[in-house]
Amino acid sequence: MAVTEEVKTPDSAPEEALAHPVTSTGLSNEKIAMWAFLGSECLLFGALISTYLLYRGRSVVGPFPHDVYDIPYTSVSSFVLLMSSLTMVLALAAMQRKDQRRMRVWLLTTALLGATFIGGQVYEFTVFYRAGLSLHENLFGSSFFVLTGFHGAHVTIGILMLLSLYTMSAKGRLAENRVETVELIGLYWHFVDVVWIVIFTMVYLVPGVK
Amino acid sequence: MESPEPGVEEHYPDEWQYIKVALILFLITMAEVGIYYTSGARRAVITLMVFMMIAKFALVALYFMHLRFDSKLFRRLFVTGIILAVAVYLIALSSLHVWQH
Repeated sequence: MAVTEEVKTPDSAPEEALAHPVTSTGLSNEKIAMWAFLGSECLLFGALISTYLLYRGRSVVGPFPHDVYDIPYTSVSSFVLLMSSLTMVLALAAMQRKDQRRMRVWLLTTALLGATFIGGQVYEFTVFYRAGLSLHENLFGSSFFVLTGFHGAHVTIGILMLLSLYTMSAKGRLAENRVETVELIGLYWHFVDVVWIVIFTMVYLVPGVK
Repeated sequence: MESPEPGVEEHYPDEWQYIKVALILFLITMAEVGIYYTSGARRAVITLMVFMMIAKFALVALYFMHLRFDSKLFRRLFVTGIILAVAVYLIALSSLHVWQH
């Protein structure tokens, strides 16, 4: 006779109530991995922002930051990315309500806002390049393009993940209980946003304060 | 605030709370750009800007990334990364200072 043993979760909640399989920590392994990854990403961007700040004011030849920065333009760009965090979290809320149609609308909105930000960055890079700033022109150019370029690459990867999620949902391949998949991609997206919050203040605003 | 049980998502904020947080973020950003154009008291303006940046960072991390509501382990992992990143900056800064003098 087969004996079925009831599996107790750490908080004694029924297994089906959890959004992930039972683990020894009681937490989702994927979510722990994502937070560990984001912690390591802090180091990557910390190093890049540090490099920019340490080389600030050390360029021998121009163009210098005050020659090329357009603060109103970058402020709008920052606002767009900030609002994409709101639409991302609204997508997660819709997924939690099992409303995939609305989730897809918010996911697409988030991807479009992200694409607008990237478009703005490409335009900004073009303007800077035409003003004589390049990756090897001076210390400002090197540290600025590497930092913002890495950030832009992260946003682009985020957009691809959002569009993949959108496609999966549209094709009916995203089960209703896969809330955590949306949450993990959301965490990555919000991280990209918080990094920009730091870049916007420390790279664009602070150096130009009179 | 008591930490919720792992895996339970009912503790997350509702949509209106998210919208309120986004509104606060918008207002802080506007204020940041506004004080950028004020002249004088450079040190005070920079300090204020850094505080505003930290406030925006914290709002997104606590509410949108749910660090306020999720397990403390996630918060520790993230904060460890931030502390190490600041340490990298301070070490590099001190190294440059030593080399220059």
